[in-house]
Amino acid sequence: MNELIFFFNTVLVSGTVLGSIYAIGAIGVTLIFGILRFAHFAHGDMMTMGGFIAFLLAAAFSAMGIVAPVPTGFLVLPIAMVIAAFIALGIDKGFYAPLRKRGAKPVTLLIASIGVTLIIQGLIRLFFGSGSYSFFETETKQLFKIPIPIEGVTRTINFTQPQLLMVVVTVIAVLALHLFLTRSRLGKAMRAMADNADLAQVSGINTKLVVRVTWIIAGALACMAGTMLALDVSLKPDLAFNIVLPIFAAAIVGGLGQAYGAIAGGFLIGFAETLAIFNWAILLRPFKDMVPFALPTDLAVVPTEYKLTVAFVILVIVLLWRPTGIFKGAST
Amino acid sequence: MSLIEIKDVVGGYGGAPILNGVNIAIEQSDIGVIVGPNGAGKSTTLKAIFGLLKVDSGSIAFAGEEITNSLPDRLVPKGLSFVPQEKNVFTSMSVEENLEMGAFTRKDDFSTTLDWVYDMFPPLLEKRHQKAGELSGGQRQMVAMGRALMSQPRLLMLDEPSAGLSPRYVLEIFDQIVKVNKAGVGILMVEQNARQALAFASKGFVLANGQNRFTGTGAELIADPDVAKSFLGGEAKR
Repeated sequence: MNELIFFFNTVLVSGTVLGSIYAIGAIGVTLIFGILRFAHFAHGDMMTMGGFIAFLLAAAFSAMGIVAPVPTGFLVLPIAMVIAAFIALGIDKGFYAPLRKRGAKPVTLLIASIGVTLIIQGLIRLFFGSGSYSFFETETKQLFKIPIPIEGVTRTINFTQPQLLMVVVTVIAVLALHLFLTRSRLGKAMRAMADNADLAQVSGINTKLVVRVTWIIAGALACMAGTMLALDVSLKPDLAFNIVLPIFAAAIVGGLGQAYGAIAGGFLIGFAETLAIFNWAILLRPFKDMVPFALPTDLAVVPTEYKLTVAFVILVIVLLWRPTGIFKGAST
Repeated sequence: MSLIEIKDVVGGYGGAPILNGVNIAIEQSDIGVIVGPNGAGKSTTLKAIFGLLKVDSGSIAFAGEEITNSLPDRLVPKGLSFVPQEKNVFTSMSVEENLEMGAFTRKDDFSTTLDWVYDMFPPLLEKRHQKAGELSGGQRQMVAMGRALMSQPRLLMLDEPSAGLSPRYVLEIFDQIVKVNKAGVGILMVEQNARQALAFASKGFVLANGQNRFTGTGAELIADPDVAKSFLGGEAKR
């Protein structure tokens, strides 16, 4: 039983947290792909940038002596998301919109986004150096320990307050996005444009407005994912650049252009990664006296350092089974 | 003053012009049909009106207002609607969402227009929560027309509404076009089924090589032996 709780703590809790981060990041990637038809490579760095914005705001808040029952990182999140949304709009206006105006191909936009990646990373290093920062240098992560009322069980179910809040915030963001896409005029126009951009234009839909809304949502969600990642681990300039590949994998697995697919893909890859690096030998420990041979001590599917490969294995398997992703996304 | 007046329009997709001086004028009470051989510039004419390609010279006026090279998001609120030939529904969205997208430019309550469209195309009412991509070709065409009517246009432009439909549906769609016209919407359409379409057209335009070859009422064009011989596949018979 203790071993199962250990499994719950290491796999389910961290899988949910990682899945949430991947899902929120992948939604942005998939929305941008759906509307603008290019792979926004700089999305990871927009996440990192969002994390740094939240970090600066959190520092300012604590300097002003503002204390809340939640970690300051969450308190400043809405403000950071608004700022990040504006920066995303600015990035589009400065880099991508001029290219689109000249009828640039998706590949050109992809290369431009690699340039944006370098710019953002360079700027962050310029101002913050290459070290890492923590949101929890002055405050502590509150730890919840839930005892299991079963005899002989000594372990407790453990998760931190930030982890709990991350899941709550993710649920809120996903619900809000769902309502926006299915109920609001602009949200429906966004789906229409992702479905058939030419027809959306012919219908008189203001496609420029839809593009702006897409950047606002993608920028805000990137900030949210980046801040969550920084709250879960620590903040450094290449924080989210390192997970941009699993995030793209999540978006592709779910079906490019499909917001719900990105959520499913994010959790699928998040759980797959934590399951793959989990040491399954721990679950076999209770049975060690029952078998005549020595049990192996390390039974992880892949070593932790190779976590990234999991996303690609999942990607290959899903694409063999469904070439356009679980939710039948765009194939181009 | 005609509802739409196209004068000596020359234009194309950047290379050699496809339209070499097209002239079309129709009233709101009209059903105008553009016929002609492949590559004559029929669909291109509709796209030029709708701002989807560049007009190099000539003029397009809608209800007396110059609209040459205006973009759709400005044209739709003025009362123009366009149903493209292909990919003319949002396949991943429900029938009702498709219709709502047609009303995107409207800020007022469009529920009466929605009822009117369902009245016009009864099969859509029962399928309104179904995805448009799951419908048959004929029903998709109804969704496409319904979507275009949601903006309450004064002129509805249709690019080959009968393309790819079985003969039974072709008649049904033509019937519906006439019905829409009787409800007070001007029609300008491109059609391959030339003889069938000219039969109910109040104005017909025969284009060839991006220019008007013959212009007249539908009946006149069908009766004209030259038109019949060169463009309608044989002498006027039946």
